[in-house]
Amino acid sequence: MIDRIAQLRAAGEADVAAATTTDELEELRVRLLGRKAELPNMLRGVSELPPEQRGPVGKAANQARQALQQTLEARIAELAAGELDARLVADRVDVTLPGRREPVGGLHLITRVRREIEDVFLGLGFDVLEGPETETVHYNFDALNHAPNHPARDRSDTFYLAPSANLPAVERAGDPRAEDGGSGRLLRTHTSPMQIRTMEREDPPIAVIVPGRVYRPDSDATHTPQFHQVEGLWVDVDITLADLKGVLLSFARSIFGDEREVRLRPHFFPFTEPSVEVDVSCFACKGTGIREDLAGHPRCGLCKGTGWIEILGSGLVDPNVLRSVGEARGDDAYSPEAVQGFAFGMGIERIAMLRYGVPDLRLLYENDVRVLEQWA
Amino acid sequence: MRVPLSWLGELVDVAGRDATEIAARLNVTGTELDRLLHHGILTPETVVVGRVLATEPHPDADRLKVCRVATGGDEPVQIVCGAPNVAAGQVVPVAQIGTVMPDGTKIKRAKLRGQVSEGMICSARELGIGDAHDGILALDEQLPGAREIPPGTPLSDVLPHADDVLELEITPNRPDCLGLYGIAREVSAATGAALRPAPWTRAGGLDEEAGDPDPAGDAIDGFSVEVRTPRCPRFTARLFDGVTVGPSPLWLQARLAAAGQRPINNVVDVTNYVMLVTGQPLHAFDADRIAGGLLVVREATDGEQLRTLDDQERTVQAGELVIADDEGITSLAAVMGGARSEVHEGTTRVLLEVANWDGPTIHRTAQRLGLFSEAASRNAKGLAPEQAAWAQALATRLIHEVTGGRKVGGTIDVGGWRERPAQQPIALREARVTRLLGTAVSRRRQAELLASLGFMVADTSPETAEGEGEQLVLVPSERRDDITREIDLIEEIARIGVVADLAPTLPVRRRLTAATLTPAQRARRRAEDVLVGRGLQEVAGWSFTDAGAAERLGLSADDPRAAAVRLDNPLSEDHAVLRPTILISLLDIARRNRARGVDDVRIFETGTVFRDAPDPRRPDMPFEHLAIAALVQDDLFAAKGLLESLLGALGIDGWSVEATDQVAFLHPGRAARVLVTPAGGARRNGDGPDGPLQVGLLGEVHPRVAERWDLPQVAVFMIDLDQLLPLVPADVDFRDVGQFPDARFDLAVIVDDEVTAASVVEAARGAGGPLLEQVGVFDAYRGTGIPEGQVSLALHVRLRAADRTLDDEEISGVRERIVAALAERVGGTLRG
Ligand SMILES: [Zn+2]
Repeated sequence: MIDRIAQLRAAGEADVAAATTTDELEELRVRLLGRKAELPNMLRGVSELPPEQRGPVGKAANQARQALQQTLEARIAELAAGELDARLVADRVDVTLPGRREPVGGLHLITRVRREIEDVFLGLGFDVLEGPETETVHYNFDALNHAPNHPARDRSDTFYLAPSANLPAVERAGDPRAEDGGSGRLLRTHTSPMQIRTMEREDPPIAVIVPGRVYRPDSDATHTPQFHQVEGLWVDVDITLADLKGVLLSFARSIFGDEREVRLRPHFFPFTEPSVEVDVSCFACKGTGIREDLAGHPRCGLCKGTGWIEILGSGLVDPNVLRSVGEARGDDAYSPEAVQGFAFGMGIERIAMLRYGVPDLRLLYENDVRVLEQWA
Repeated sequence: MRVPLSWLGELVDVAGRDATEIAARLNVTGTELDRLLHHGILTPETVVVGRVLATEPHPDADRLKVCRVATGGDEPVQIVCGAPNVAAGQVVPVAQIGTVMPDGTKIKRAKLRGQVSEGMICSARELGIGDAHDGILALDEQLPGAREIPPGTPLSDVLPHADDVLELEITPNRPDCLGLYGIAREVSAATGAALRPAPWTRAGGLDEEAGDPDPAGDAIDGFSVEVRTPRCPRFTARLFDGVTVGPSPLWLQARLAAAGQRPINNVVDVTNYVMLVTGQPLHAFDADRIAGGLLVVREATDGEQLRTLDDQERTVQAGELVIADDEGITSLAAVMGGARSEVHEGTTRVLLEVANWDGPTIHRTAQRLGLFSEAASRNAKGLAPEQAAWAQALATRLIHEVTGGRKVGGTIDVGGWRERPAQQPIALREARVTRLLGTAVSRRRQAELLASLGFMVADTSPETAEGEGEQLVLVPSERRDDITREIDLIEEIARIGVVADLAPTLPVRRRLTAATLTPAQRARRRAEDVLVGRGLQEVAGWSFTDAGAAERLGLSADDPRAAAVRLDNPLSEDHAVLRPTILISLLDIARRNRARGVDDVRIFETGTVFRDAPDPRRPDMPFEHLAIAALVQDDLFAAKGLLESLLGALGIDGWSVEATDQVAFLHPGRAARVLVTPAGGARRNGDGPDGPLQVGLLGEVHPRVAERWDLPQVAVFMIDLDQLLPLVPADVDFRDVGQFPDARFDLAVIVDDEVTAASVVEAARGAGGPLLEQVGVFDAYRGTGIPEGQVSLALHVRLRAADRTLDDEEISGVRERIVAALAERVGGTLRG
């Protein structure tokens, strides 16, 4: 009996050693150690042996079974490692094939630039507000100190809304005007009406920007009938023209680069006084007007050789605007002797064109996704 | 406004300054340069006076002549010329070899049909003077003393013909700069160049007869003027006899041409010349065509007619200003003269009108008629009444010099302007300037700067300490409408002397709270970012659409969404109304991209939509709100998945959808209203019930609508952000997700087709009790094994207790309660 056990063990170990695949070993496991195999059966039959043989036989059979088991596991591990290596070699793929495509979305360039501008002004301490796109003649022009014959009111410069049977008449001071189609309502031509709405609603001091869509009847490479502006307004007891320059210098450097300078040029806007246009030094030619970086040193096309690029209009809030706010509020909170401040308005598309080299504004509203995806 | 440099040089001493330098100074003091251009021949020094010695027919070309022309050299040159009027003996302008013509072509030695040609004899148009190009310019006929000019003399010496021209943008508050003298004053203030006396003053060279008031009195024999409207503050007239109408002298034509005006005849040219210098429009009547000798300035009544100078029959409207004589209206005042009284070839007597008008009235008329002539646009700005006298004075001299006409009688000068209160000086506080500009400007410097612009400044108390003074300022008449307040003076000081060198500062006072986006603004960004993260491209559609868009969407005329806000003056019919829904933009953009070969359109937009109904927030304005909408080329569940992501990211919990077949542009079986139940018992307007709010729509676009946009199956959602964003929770409180394992099981329940998944989930949720963490449908199956008209829904249920591991008994208890509730509430039976 003991001999038979030794025999089984030796034969089994020889078979295991001879096996070359894990599949063969799995078969051997069944044949040597499975339910119908001889060795386990001997173990199960130990109880039927004479008592004096039970001990030695059981011990020998058990040792043989454990030994076989270990040999088998060791051999399986040995072969499995080799087989995995072989499989990995066989599984090799061409990693230069394309990945499974996930659609990549993107913000429209206008949104992207609007957020950049918002973030810069948040950092400078301005809150962000939005306002309505349809407006009254009062908020868009009258309260902003536009003379009755100011050309911005012309039908060639402003979209007026047709009279509507569904809306009550707009109350307004003065003559009904030929240009407004009799409705007194229009599509805002700038975000500036929100200067008035904000001051009517909130006490000084205020520092806000107002991004939003505005409308003017123009259409060419640099004008679209709808576009976007960011209005700015800072009113307190001591805000000066020099502060305006400082704030806009910070803005210009954030958006166009740390080396930029700004220049104020006097201009005229009805609702600011003094009024200035703000130029930023050209980032293509570093303000020299000449492209030293290009062959032949041509004149800079971006700034037309002037070294400066106009980016926005601004000025100190006109006392008439503050007075008009005071009349609507019925208090002195915005008395021109008590508070002062600046306002500015810039075109988001213009900043986008400058920053991203968009050649034709109309491209931004064609919404060709192949164009838009460039900025995704 | 075009400013020829040589003309400017007569009014202000700009010697030694070139156009670029002047433009640069103007640019930083408030007068923007549109462009700097060169008028006429680019190399004026190469154009000389020549004399035609002889002409012979070209041997090989009928229309050409071979001319021998003396041009100051040792030998005459040979020039081949095609002009019919060239003849021996003429004095002519000769463009020599090397001349660069206005269009950039260079004159070279050439052979024309075998004959050498060494230069070009020029026409007036080739020189940039007027329109005449039917022949060469015979100087001997048009330039007095031309025969005495030695050949070879530079033409510029006897006839300035080429010039640098500043094209300036004049802001609407500066009508004084629509006259060259106004520009000259700006140039003087900006550069320090000496301003010359105004040419309408005696210091500027006029004699007394031309002055104001007229020493000859205020009457003209046979003519009178009545002003019957307050909108004409001043009307002046002078009569000139002995006028000979003809072409203007070349110098005058050359000047007008350089300033961008076409020469017409000497009388009209004088009125234009004077307008360009003074900024004040003038109008010349043929005095013998004024019926009855009486001009009445009045407001028109509706329907009156006249034929204007441009030969158009025009109907005027009540309130518009006209000038009438015995035969009716003879001039559309301040805008355009009438054809009936126009100066013509045979005119010998001219009545010259120079008047002052109410700007806004003229502006309105010009705008209605689309007639913004040089005169109308100046009158529409509102000029100073004093300017009328300046223009009369200068015109009187020029009419005499140029047409031979002599002033007869005095100057009619009517209108109420002299009754206006005298102008009061404006007080200017020294400290106020510093306080607003943020940099110190002494009052002596303030006075200097204002004086350079023609203001009269008086320091009323010179002993007052620096910084505490006050000065009194009188404004020149032509600036009176623009400068009425202290702040206007401060602007003048700023633009001439401060702005260019202002040092930037940052506000001293800063508030203590940092600026942040509002929760709604943050939520909007989050919503956009979620869609971008799911692979959608944001687009920016037009706010405009055409009036037929609602009909293409299938909306009936009485659908509220069909009530579009109409523009009164749209750019085109395609952009005649404001979009009532972003869907129109998305459909348009999807179609365009598909036409360009994009085969999987996934787009969204955030923008404003409009409706012709009162906005509850502003009852006299149309309703508008901010919306976000997405379109994908896929089915409803794709769009719903996006919406789930979006609402989930915003933390909107209590939302649901409800099927609807009532939205015309959506598939009637695949459309839903999107509802949100405000969290935390929030009430709208403080009094409404806590019912769910409809915040938008979800669905597949109706195939018939999609087809109109050439689209396949597309699904959309559109959400009213003005409603949704306020419902976004600002803060989300911490919730313990539990340390103990959950228990999960699935159920397949068969229900009738009419039973919605939402109601099955609702029934399960109601029965689940506090242990139920989540329940949802993960599959719907119809077909083999499921009775006709029924559907099998697979539910996934997850249970959890915060404080223990659930045992089998608890789990099966919940399961049984759910199964019972499904049977009872939705008629569900377990499958298999
Ligand atoms: Zn540049």
